[in-house]
Amino acid sequence: MTTTPPTGSPAGTTDHSRRDLLRLATAGSVDDGKSTLIGRLLYDTKSVLADQLAAVERATAARGGPDDAAPDLALLTDGLRAEREQGITIDVAYRYFSTARRAFVLADTPGHVQYTRNMVTGASTAELAIVLVDARKGVLEQTRRHATITALLGVPHVVLAVNKMDLVDFDEPTFRKIADEFAGYADLLGLRDVLAVPISALDGDNVVERSTRTPWYDGPTLLEHLEAVPVLRDPTSEELRFPVQLVIRPRTAEHADYRGYAGRIASGVVRVGDAVAVHPSGRTSTVVGIDTFDGPLEAAHAPQSVTLRLADDIDVARGDVVTPAAAVVTTGADLVGTVCWLAEKRSVLGARLLVRIGTRTVRALLREVDARLDVDTLQVDAWDSVDTLHAIDATDTSSDIPPRSLGLNAIGRVRVRLAEPVTLDDYATHRRTGGFLLVDPADGTTLAAGMVGPTLLDALAPAPPSEADEGWFAGAGI
Amino acid sequence: MRVAHVSTDTVRGTTLTQLDALESEGVHVMREVAGEFERPVLLFSGGKDSIVMLHLARKAFWPAPVPFTLMHVDTGHNFPEVIDFRDEVVARYGLRLVVASVQDAIDDGRVVERPDGSRNRLQTVPLLDGITAHRFDAVFGGGRRDEEKARAKERMFSLRDEFGQWDPRRQRPELWDLYNGRHKPGEHVRVFPLSNWTELDVWRYIEREGIELPSIYYAHEREVFQRDGMWLAPGDWGGPTAGEELETRTVRYRTVGDMSCTGAVESTATTVGDVIAEVAASRLTERGATRADDRASEAAMEDRKREGYF
Repeated sequence: MTTTPPTGSPAGTTDHSRRDLLRLATAGSVDDGKSTLIGRLLYDTKSVLADQLAAVERATAARGGPDDAAPDLALLTDGLRAEREQGITIDVAYRYFSTARRAFVLADTPGHVQYTRNMVTGASTAELAIVLVDARKGVLEQTRRHATITALLGVPHVVLAVNKMDLVDFDEPTFRKIADEFAGYADLLGLRDVLAVPISALDGDNVVERSTRTPWYDGPTLLEHLEAVPVLRDPTSEELRFPVQLVIRPRTAEHADYRGYAGRIASGVVRVGDAVAVHPSGRTSTVVGIDTFDGPLEAAHAPQSVTLRLADDIDVARGDVVTPAAAVVTTGADLVGTVCWLAEKRSVLGARLLVRIGTRTVRALLREVDARLDVDTLQVDAWDSVDTLHAIDATDTSSDIPPRSLGLNAIGRVRVRLAEPVTLDDYATHRRTGGFLLVDPADGTTLAAGMVGPTLLDALAPAPPSEADEGWFAGAGI
Repeated sequence: MRVAHVSTDTVRGTTLTQLDALESEGVHVMREVAGEFERPVLLFSGGKDSIVMLHLARKAFWPAPVPFTLMHVDTGHNFPEVIDFRDEVVARYGLRLVVASVQDAIDDGRVVERPDGSRNRLQTVPLLDGITAHRFDAVFGGGRRDEEKARAKERMFSLRDEFGQWDPRRQRPELWDLYNGRHKPGEHVRVFPLSNWTELDVWRYIEREGIELPSIYYAHEREVFQRDGMWLAPGDWGGPTAGEELETRTVRYRTVGDMSCTGAVESTATTVGDVIAEVAASRLTERGATRADDRASEAAMEDRKREGYF
């Protein structure tokens, strides 16, 4: 067992002023050794401190076994008492570790219970997903499920961690067979950046330290890869999206006439002098100032939080989106997208909802659920289009599972009518602004998470009968 | 004031540094709260995490003043240096402070003093009473997910029922940066803008931003006595008792809480740089090193969170 990070210095003793941040998610079950892998990453990057390790050693000893047993690293990620008592994992836990080069925020998503809900949550902010498989078992239905959700949420980088290589004698053909099978599947899903790494989380092979037992593998270790993948796409390659959070009007003697629009740049770059449009109104103006507490900027990029000042006194409010004046921006009150249903309460056609998109919340009506994706088989069930504005009682209550309804963890395509127009960016091209929530107005429950426009589901689905549109297919792909 | 860190010619190909990314996220969360809630309040203990939160709030709304009230839950067993610091900060930035007092709650019988004199757990009642009395609907806390395993599952926006209780099963999934703060009357939302920060991140940010802290965070000579392996400071709260001997040590505090349960660590770190080096090399978490309240049981924090604790 080794404990030296590859950079040779523990976190904290080198210059961190240039260190960046990678958000990643892990998918897999305890059986695949996921907790052990996370424990290994924390342990080998010296992110585990003595009192935490002592607690794990006590817990390991309490379970019996030899006195010199290595601490069970899986216990480092042990959760809430309710979870221990019921033997389940309630939801996503966040873990932190770092090297001299990069800090990591890891969303640890449970593999079994409510897997879709949790994985969707973890994957929504992740730049990289680790999909874990047991080398003895290979690619399972669950692996395909995890890959599907990763693709659906548009996670740019995927690592297939083929774990428990020690239990297959570090056999190269076994690894190759699994890697090839997964690559074929990833291809089908449109996952472009996939790396397979043979590891043993238990012994540490190829997690942080390069293994001497896989001479046939010349790729990076898992951590080397995590340190190397690009955190974000080049902001200059994306179009500006600036959802307005607040209008800043100090009304103080010093800043009597100040009026600025505060927000975090979701994508792209903004420069002083840029011609911009404010949506959904479409009014245009020019950026005359990019302000921060630390002084004015000439330019700013995602994901900086700034305050913009515009040349003209146009109506701008929370919920509006600033884009380049020349950008082709879709706005509308008819929202079509793919949703993952997150609540116990099933979807009901004709239900009154709230849609949260960007910084805007609008009233809405669920008009249609016309397709459902089975994440196990990748089959899409399409239903005849029925516009609920004209047939609100379309729900058939005679069967156990109402048609055109989505239950917990289901993925489906919906059409939602909004009370007012909003900016509708396709999720496939605007991951930072194309996501939305469906919220129950009665108690505020988050019912579903959605992605605007064509998604993986549309690439797999037959065309919706009444809404067939070639654009759906032309733009499909993750 | 620092020089702005992005200019036109450096935009191409840049990503934010970790601290810039964390700062931007914290500012974003604060602005969301200002946009979505009517009566937010920022819990301000005079500890480093709440001081960093206040710093983020000043950045988020500049050049407008911080639009929040501050609330301090006063155990009556505070370090005097911290109370002085709190009052100085409130005056300097023209803020409004409300104090929820544990002593008042004991005096009018809402809570009962514990035999060991510790008032840490007693803070929950005045905290919740303060939230109710002032009808606060969003409550900023400085909790971080790296602190403790029950906190590793905490949301940025954490829904509390009318009893202030945290129910892990009722927490809403949080996707992208779409924080859902809707709540029923009587409920409130705890908001944790520092969720993704670690202790070292907080210290590096304090160094980078030149943020001032109460003096007890840095090494100083103090009369202390040992209890349960921790160096505690004497005070009205009831220590030391028979058999506990006072001695003078060079110490500092890693966390600032109730004097009865917050231990000092022996240290010679007199500057932020010294502290960062010390924290980076430390083999103990800050709570493991200095908080008796978390040693009570495996699920001590989880239980207190359920009751409505910070």
